Amino acid sequence: MASLIECDDVWKIYRVGDVDVQALRGLSLTIEQGEFVAIMGSSGSGKSTLMNMLGCLDQPTKGHYRLNGVEVGRLTPDELAGIRNQQIGFVFQSFNLIPRTSALENAQLPLFYRGLSLKEQRVKAAEALGRVGLHGREDHYPTQLSGGQQQRVAIARALVTSPSLLLADEPTGNLDTQSSQEIMRILETLNRDEGITIILVTHEVDVAAYAAREIVIKDGQILSDRKTKAGPISSPVGA
Amino acid sequence: MAAFVWLTIMTALRILGRNRMRAGLTMLGIVIGVAAVIAMVSIGEGAKRAVQAQIATMGTNVIIIFPGVTSASGVRGSQGSAITLTVSDALELKKRIPLLVDTGWSRRDVLQIVYGNKNWNGPIYGISPSYLTIRDWSFTSGGPFTQTDLDSAARVALIGQTIVDNLFEPGEEPVGAVIRIKNVPFRIIGVLAPKGQSSQGTDQDDVIFIPFSTAERKVFGTSFIGSVAAMFGSTDQVEDLPMAAEQIREVLRARHRLQAEQGDDFTIKTQVDIGKVQEGTSETLTMMLFAIASVSLLVGGIGIMNILLVSVTERTREIGVRMAVGAKRYHIVMQFLIEAMTLSLVGGVLGIVLGVAGAKLTTLIAGWPTIISGNVIVISFFFSLVVGLFFGLYPANKAARLNPIEALRYE
Ligand SMILES: Nc1ncnc2c1ncn2[C@@H]1O[C@H](COP(=O)(O)OP(=O)(O)OP(=O)(O)O)[C@@H](O)[C@H]1O
Ligand SMILES: [Mg+2]
Repeated sequence: MASLIECDDVWKIYRVGDVDVQALRGLSLTIEQGEFVAIMGSSGSGKSTLMNMLGCLDQPTKGHYRLNGVEVGRLTPDELAGIRNQQIGFVFQSFNLIPRTSALENAQLPLFYRGLSLKEQRVKAAEALGRVGLHGREDHYPTQLSGGQQQRVAIARALVTSPSLLLADEPTGNLDTQSSQEIMRILETLNRDEGITIILVTHEVDVAAYAAREIVIKDGQILSDRKTKAGPISSPVGA
Repeated sequence: MAAFVWLTIMTALRILGRNRMRAGLTMLGIVIGVAAVIAMVSIGEGAKRAVQAQIATMGTNVIIIFPGVTSASGVRGSQGSAITLTVSDALELKKRIPLLVDTGWSRRDVLQIVYGNKNWNGPIYGISPSYLTIRDWSFTSGGPFTQTDLDSAARVALIGQTIVDNLFEPGEEPVGAVIRIKNVPFRIIGVLAPKGQSSQGTDQDDVIFIPFSTAERKVFGTSFIGSVAAMFGSTDQVEDLPMAAEQIREVLRARHRLQAEQGDDFTIKTQVDIGKVQEGTSETLTMMLFAIASVSLLVGGIGIMNILLVSVTERTREIGVRMAVGAKRYHIVMQFLIEAMTLSLVGGVLGIVLGVAGAKLTTLIAGWPTIISGNVIVISFFFSLVVGLFFGLYPANKAARLNPIEALRYE
């Protein structure tokens, strides 16, 4: 059976003026369904570039990226959008909720583009908000929520479609320690209880500690890749 | 899809509601354009209909022949000054031209009419009985005079409503009453049904009809027996009017012994000619309306495009988020198109309401007749939609072409 993610000699080259910036340089990587991976590395090492590509927001300049066996490099923008909608959930450092739009409606958004009926959208989005502990906050606007709560709305939006892959680029980067721990516990639970594959970018060691595998990137290449826990099933008690 | 469109419309309305001032200013061009067009078309239609109704009061398929020549400006130098048309001309035309159903004639003078202790200066028409049928006069009471009355120069009269109003008490029956014109007693045998204003704006009900022969011999005291001020003919079909007019011209030229190089000593006008003058004015009006509408819709459209471009820039991040969670190109295009069309449609509907109100107010205040046609409302609505669609396309496409990563990073 194919792995969830297979990167094979992936390059990402940005052209700025007449200088080529090589953000990814022949990176190869395999991630199985159900893994919890932390990606670390210094600023500018290519973490976000990799995440964007894994999330089908971008395509490699060279090399192959297969998601669930599908060659992503060959897809059209609309096909990429379809894959993002069906299989991928995003959590961003800056939450990226739609302003002046309620928590429920933000969480509904992916279902809206799936073409579900309004009723189904509402039921599922409310359920997703419940799972991240935001029951009763459905009608709150982003400005009426704390940073941690906003990030939980973003997680609800990411998991409302039951994706196979959840990508979080520095999800705790804008949060205090308390909120960071809450967010991480939610992600850990999603990985453990629902088998959602999670890939997370972080600069913080204690955040990375929630993951079972740690990949360090330097200059667009993998510097180290190691299992930090026996497997995705076991997890520290209480953390 | 239905849910998508519905929710997008709701979202668009909410966004517009949030920026009410901005939305209002943006819509202003369309509101004013549509309102102006609706008001103007309603007033124009009302005026056109009124003129048509006035022209219809002339009679059905009528040809009018005046003595003398009408100048290009349409002002007759001296009506009836040249004594070129006679009763025998009219009779000859009827005999010679089969297209003419009938011919009639009239002469006019303004004289004092006395009834009891009241008097009134009104135009007295000496007419042939056929005049009444050609000009479609009907009666509210009594009836017309006949050929016998003409032959015997009977002292009978038909009076219009204005005369009735001025000489008789309300409720008093004029038929059977005797009035005096130049001290000659006339018995009223019919009251004419009102026609209102003519297309020249004269009161058509301010008339007294008496037999032509009676007028000649007992009232007008003319030295030119048999000369008439106007002749009238009518045809069965409106299409026959030009042909009949041409034949009349030929017969009259022959009878008046006009040489080829001489101009006509009479003027022929058909009901169609008179209508055409009016149509010409309304065509100019229509062109002007079209220009106003085009300019204001263009300005309105550009306003919408401008505000949408601003909106696309302001909401770049939102667009990025929508793309990240799976919005396809057409979803983004639709979102902005629907926003543009909502703007233009709301503007259009406001314009329609304002235009209709303006037309009604014009009727109320100025007393002009207005006709609000469903067509112009439907067309305005449709055009606002098209304006939104057209001017929304560029911003919508611009939004849909954004790169999701760059959009998400946009500050
Ligand atoms: N759109 C772009 N155009 C040009 N260069 C880019 C673009 N995006 C990223 N880069 C370059 O690619 C390299 C990797 O950037 P990336 O954002 O992936 O770093 P990162 O590891 O996420 O850093 P950080 O930890 O600061 O978020 C950087 O040198 C960056 O300047
Ligand atoms: Mg980054």
